[in-house]
Parts: sequence; C-alpha cells; structure tokens
Amino acid sequence: MMKSEKRSITSASAPYIAEGAGIRTVMWTVSACLVPALAWGLAVFGARAILVVATALAGAVLTELAANAIRGKVTVGDGSAFLTGLVIGMSLPPAAPVYVPLCASVFAVAVVKHASGGLGANWMNPAMAGRVFALLSFPAAMSAWIAPATIAEGAGPSFDALSGATPLSVVKTTVSSIGAGAASQEAAASALRSLGGPAALMAVHHYPVTAFDGQLSKWLGGLFGVNVRPGYFDLFFGNTAGSIGEISVFLLLVGAAVLLARKIISWEIPAALLGTFALLTWVFGGVPFATGLFQGDVLFHLFSGGIVFCAFFIATDYVSGPLTRPGKIVFGAGVGLIAFLIRAAGILPEGASVAIIVMNMFVPLIDRFLRPKRTVIAREKTT
Amino acid sequence: MFGRKSFRGGVHPPEHKHLTQNKPIVTLPTPLRVVIPLSQHTGSPCRAIVAVGDEVNEGQKIGESTGFVSAPVHASIAGTVVAVESRPHPVLAFPVPSVVIESKPDATAATAAWTKNIDWRTLTAESIKDKIKEAGIVGMGGAAFPTHVKLSPPPGKTIRALLVNGAECEPYLTTDHRLMLERSDEILEGVLILLKALDIKTAVIGIEKNKTDAADLLREKIRRKEAAGEIAGDESVRVATLKVKYPQGAEKQLIKALLGREVPSGGLPFEVGVVVQNVGTAFAVYEAVVKDKPLIERVVTVSGDAVAEPANVLVRIGTSFRDLLAFAGGVTGSDGAAAAGVEVPGAEAQGVEVSSAKTAGPAEGAAPAEKPRAGYKMIMGGPMMGLAQYTLDAPVIKGTSGFLVLKQGDTKPSVACVKCGACVDRCPAGLMPYQLGNLSERNDFAACAEFNVKDCMECGVCSFVCPSARPLVHLIKYAKLNLAKQKK
Repeated sequence: MMKSEKRSITSASAPYIAEGAGIRTVMWTVSACLVPALAWGLAVFGARAILVVATALAGAVLTELAANAIRGKVTVGDGSAFLTGLVIGMSLPPAAPVYVPLCASVFAVAVVKHASGGLGANWMNPAMAGRVFALLSFPAAMSAWIAPATIAEGAGPSFDALSGATPLSVVKTTVSSIGAGAASQEAAASALRSLGGPAALMAVHHYPVTAFDGQLSKWLGGLFGVNVRPGYFDLFFGNTAGSIGEISVFLLLVGAAVLLARKIISWEIPAALLGTFALLTWVFGGVPFATGLFQGDVLFHLFSGGIVFCAFFIATDYVSGPLTRPGKIVFGAGVGLIAFLIRAAGILPEGASVAIIVMNMFVPLIDRFLRPKRTVIAREKTT
Repeated sequence: MFGRKSFRGGVHPPEHKHLTQNKPIVTLPTPLRVVIPLSQHTGSPCRAIVAVGDEVNEGQKIGESTGFVSAPVHASIAGTVVAVESRPHPVLAFPVPSVVIESKPDATAATAAWTKNIDWRTLTAESIKDKIKEAGIVGMGGAAFPTHVKLSPPPGKTIRALLVNGAECEPYLTTDHRLMLERSDEILEGVLILLKALDIKTAVIGIEKNKTDAADLLREKIRRKEAAGEIAGDESVRVATLKVKYPQGAEKQLIKALLGREVPSGGLPFEVGVVVQNVGTAFAVYEAVVKDKPLIERVVTVSGDAVAEPANVLVRIGTSFRDLLAFAGGVTGSDGAAAAGVEVPGAEAQGVEVSSAKTAGPAEGAAPAEKPRAGYKMIMGGPMMGLAQYTLDAPVIKGTSGFLVLKQGDTKPSVACVKCGACVDRCPAGLMPYQLGNLSERNDFAACAEFNVKDCMECGVCSFVCPSARPLVHLIKYAKLNLAKQKK
C-alpha cells in the first residue's frame, strides 16, 4: 500500500508555501518597465502619440471588461489587457488615425485572446496579432510617421516634420529606387557601392542629426582616433522617426535590465533573437549595397526599427512562446531569422511583428520536440 | 559548472531554520498515553501481538511485521494496553489500526535505561541486519522505508558506497542538524555499523552548506576516530558540503550531487551501486545495535510562525501532536490558541482544523468533526513535502521529522496557466509539470503516463514557483492515483 495517493483527495497537497510574484505582479512590472521608453516617445512625438497610446489602452481595457461581462469572470485586474494595449500603442506610428489603435486593440483582446479562451489559451501574441491586423487593414495609415521634436527642431525649414520617414524606410526606398532608376545592373551596383551602407545613405539624404549626436560622435572618434559616422547615437537614444515606443533603444534596455534582474524574462529568447539577427545582418547586410558578404552594418540595424523592443518585451510573452530553454533559443533564433529576411528582402521596411506571429505557429512543434532532459527519478518501489 | 555538488533545477525557499537551529534537543516528559499505529512505514502493516488488558514494557514488541518490506513496532512507554482499534493517522487519510497504551500516573515503573554496550565489531553483517530489522528501524528522513530492506541489495547488484544524508533541505526542520551536533559520535558509529552491514568501505556524509558547524564537527570526529584506529585504514568516511538548494536531500538528487551518477527511470539507488541512509537512521542503527534499543523515540522539530516556543524535541513514538504542541507552548497570539482550539496540557479541545476547503472531515473513530477554521495550517514534516493534519489527535510516528503550525497567509487564488515555464525550468526531475497539470485536469491520464508522470517525486518545486498558484503537485498526485486504479 502506498500513502500519497490517498491523501491527495482528502487534503490540499504540499507545498504549503509559495514564492512571491503572481501573474498580476508580472504583468504590471512589465508595463512599468515599458514606461521610460513610452514617456520618451510621448515627449518627442507629442499630442498625436498620446492619443494613439490612450486609444490603444482604452480599446484593450474596455474590450477586456466587455469580455469579462459576457463570460462572467472578472480578469481585467490581472493587467494582461493593459499590457496588450500598451504594447500595441507603443508599436504604432505616432500619427496613426485613432481607428488604427482601436481596431488593433479590440481585435487583439476580443478575437485573439478571449475567443481562444482568455489569458493562457491564445496561441498568437495578441498585441502583435492586433498590429498585423492593422498593418493589413490600413497599410497607408501604418506609415504615418512624424519626426521627433528633437530632430525636427534642428532640421530647419526644409525638413517636413510630418513626412519624416523612418531610417529603415528611407534605406529601403532609396535602394530600390536606385535599382529601378539605373541604366544597367552594373550602374546600379556601382551607385549602391559608392553609398557604402545605410548610415552613409542617410547622410547623403541629409537625414537630420542632432547636435548631441554630432558631439558624442566627435568625442568618441577623438578618444579612439577613428572616424565615427554621425547618426548612431541618435538611433540609440531615440532621436529618430519610428513607432512611439521603439525609438529609444537605450530606455528599452533600461527596462529590459530590470525584467532580467527580476527574472521575469529569461535571457534565452532575447539573446537568440538579437544574436541571430545581428549575425545575419553582419554576413548579408552588405548585399543590397553590393559590398559583398561580411560587410553589414550591425549597429544600424540593431538600433533602428523595433527589433530591440520586440526581443525583450514582445517575443518574451509567456503564453504564446515555448517553455523549455532549448525551445526558447529556437524560437528566438526563428524570430531573428524571419525579421532579418523581411528587412533584407521583403516589401515592408521591417517585420518583427510578422516574424513573431509566424514563430508562434511553430511553438507547439517546438514544445513537442525540445523537451528538457529528464533526470530520472522514481518513488521507492514497495515490492 | 556547479560540479558534483548540485543537481538540475530546484529552488531556495526561505529557510526559517533560525527558529530552532540553535536550540539543543529537549526531552518531552514521558506521556501518560501513546497511540502507536501498526502501519508507520512504506510496506505492509503490522499485526498486533498484544491484546487489551496486557501489561507491556517499554521497548516490548507489540506489532509483528507481516512481510519482508515491513518493520515491527514497539511499545514506547511501559503500561497497559487499553485499546487496539482504528485511530487517526498523520499520513493515511483514514483511521488506522493502532495500539493504545496508558501508564499509571503513579507508576514508579522507571523508564528503561538502555545501558547495554554491545561490541558491534564482533557481530556478523547478517546479525547486524537482523538487529536493525527487529528494532523496527525505518528511514528517518520521512519516507519511512524499512532500513533492513535497503541494506539487502538484490542479488547481482554490487554496492560500492554508502551515502549518509544530512542535507535536511526542507525549510524549518533542524532535527538532523541538532542530531549531528549533539550525537555526532553515535552517528559516526552508526555509519561504521552500516558499512559493516553492507560489507563496504566507503561512506560519504552529505551536508548542506548552511550547517557548516555540523560538517566541521563531524570532520573533526572522523579525524579522531582515524587516529584512534576506530576507522580502519582501508575504510573511508568523509563529509561533503552541498549547495543549499531544495530538494538537495532527495535521494536521487543527493546521489547526483555527490557522485554524479543518475539513477535510471523507475530504478533504485542499488542500480548505481549506492545505498542512501539518513543521519537520523544512522543514529537509530547505533542505538539498536549497541544498546539493543528499538525505535521508540525520535527527534522532532516543532516549529512554524504560529508556535509559541519552537523547539527540537526528543519524543516517544505515539505521542499525540496535541501533547507535542502543548510542550512547545501552544499556538501564539492572544486569541490564537483559543481560536485554534489548542490549550496547554490536558486540553480537551478538538483539533485545529486544516484551513483547506478540500479537507474531508475525519472519518469514523476519529475526533468529532469540526468545521474547518481559517487561519492555521498544521503540517507533519516540512512545508514543501509535508502532510496537512486534520486533527491534533494524530500521533508522532517513526517518519515524523517535524510538526509545523503556520499562520495561513493570504493564499493566491489559482488562475490559468500562462506557460511562463518556471516549473519546467526548476523541476529537478526534468519534467514539464504545467503540462501534466493540464492533462490531469482534463482526466487524460494516459497522456500523463506518456509524459512520465511516474518520475515525479512530488517535491513541490513546481507549485512553489508557479505564479498562477496552480495546484500542480495535487493534480499530479491525482493523475498517479487514477493510473494506479486503472492498473488494478
């Protein structure tokens, strides 16, 4: 006879103690860690961005409340709907019309999350599904970029704040227009080769650079005796056009450091994602500029667009990601690969959101085949 | 790498050992009444060999084992058998046949002295094992597996090493720690006796790093014994320090940490040439072999944030938790004791009820059922793997390493699994507990079996780390129970 089974049905099983953090804490901490990057985006993009984020939040939370009312279970306090709305708002262009964040949030919370059974049951990342839904529904509105106040001010009257394109879209359109406009393939190749890379291309197009960046670049150049091309510091600190929450890589890393330190996210997905993306960019990033392999501008690509935002705050979503350590590495690497392919060869300037949705589809397969190594333990046999 | 001193996964729960780790072992005055269950071990229950009205002596055998995997039970006090009937049991959820012994308050019948000093070196391995079996010794760490069975490897298996488990990784518990500090000579003698019984030469005592005082003391004693020639030249007894991590004291984790060997699925430590014994067991072996004293008492840590005077207590087997708790000052708080129904000695109050809503009332023969009261949780053992108690009438048994009364904090409500992977990351067995929990909830036990639910040792790490407060261990036990039923 064995004892354990019988007691399980008559009394609550051990353990009788538990570790502190609950789901609520996790969700609200992630939201709090997004605040610095969000605050920066709102500050430099102004009222229109505030409207976008507020609409996304309201859409998500109100949809959650409606779903709670229908399903007779109040879950709005767990913070997951708020976080979904926040991520959607931060991933949208600052001048997007209000119906964009509204549709994205309602779709994310109502269809992606609650229609599959609520928190824990959805297979797609709700925020990214909402964003992709908006991208396919309103492609023009999804490129309603404006330049941040910090660069629009110093750019002079020639720079139109409303049409400030993102660095990635400038690069993509310029490269393809050179290709289309050139007389021959060789002429196109030599024109591209003369540009050298994305940062140089930006300079040729007089993409504005702040005095802050100019000074830092000069100082750093002097320190190491090299020529540092201006623009990287603006990209890193967020003096660039882009989605509201993605532009300040620096502030995103500050929030990510807190999440890593508190063990709310683990290193595997961000490391595999950024590692794969950086490696591929380094190897193949020079190809569009006809400079050959191993010439890619890794820093430009890491600092521009939403890849850092995605790596630490979106790809690390618990529900729609894999559970095991090796699974997380495969998942992260897959997102990095697809995000790179879209940047390098896709029609869109970038596609981290699409990359995540695609890899979400692989999660059941990943969890099935990449299981932890079993250290084999069995209870004492009685015979 | 952590090298050989650790294992995969695990957690580090708050230890709470400071409550009792510096308190010397105190002896509970011999109780006037003991209830000795005939089943106190893993294996077949004993058959009573005394009847109501019989006078028994301290240490007299009162229950005979009925199989090889079984251990006899002995009277822990001298007195009269007043009942042989079913009584509440701290492990089994139903009343279990027990022998109730009462001593007369005026009886001058002195407690037995146990002054024998047998030279065990003159005994054969077989006679040592016989003495251990007759003394009713079982694993003192909590599993209560009969020791003589562990000392009898199946034919064809060669044993190379004895691991002595002094890890004591459960929070609150300090019985092994105190025993190592206060009975170090006896424990080492016990280890040497076990080596002789196994006919091997190597023993490793594994102690977690939070008990360096015990490790240092044992190392010193080993040096002295070596110098005195009591440890033979070809014998090796050494102390290894282990990382403080739960469940370091689990048998297979200990083997992995100390020897780097992994026990195959479903296998026993025999498979990798190892026998594991608890330090408390080594002490009991010493008393049985040298003093001819059966297992009639043990050290129990009485602790928890709701206990007035936490202590390490030497207790007669069969003493009720009520007497034990009263000895430790009862439950704290002005209205705490009253609310919990606990009074100082002689209390007639009914037991503290487990605050779990799932608790079934005690069945027939037990104390009258009261409605569960919120506020306190009574546990036999540690908080990670211990067993919730529904009545203070249950007795201390051979496997009782601790008795805890905890204030019930605000328990988090269980919500949906968000697949955070914390349980997968920390599971020392390398399982995917969230998945076993989900499958068990859907009554898909075949799938649970496919995902190796049997390899779960119910250490509680998954439930401990779960941010959604999912009752994973409970669901896993439920799956195992149903799989066992299907087999029948």
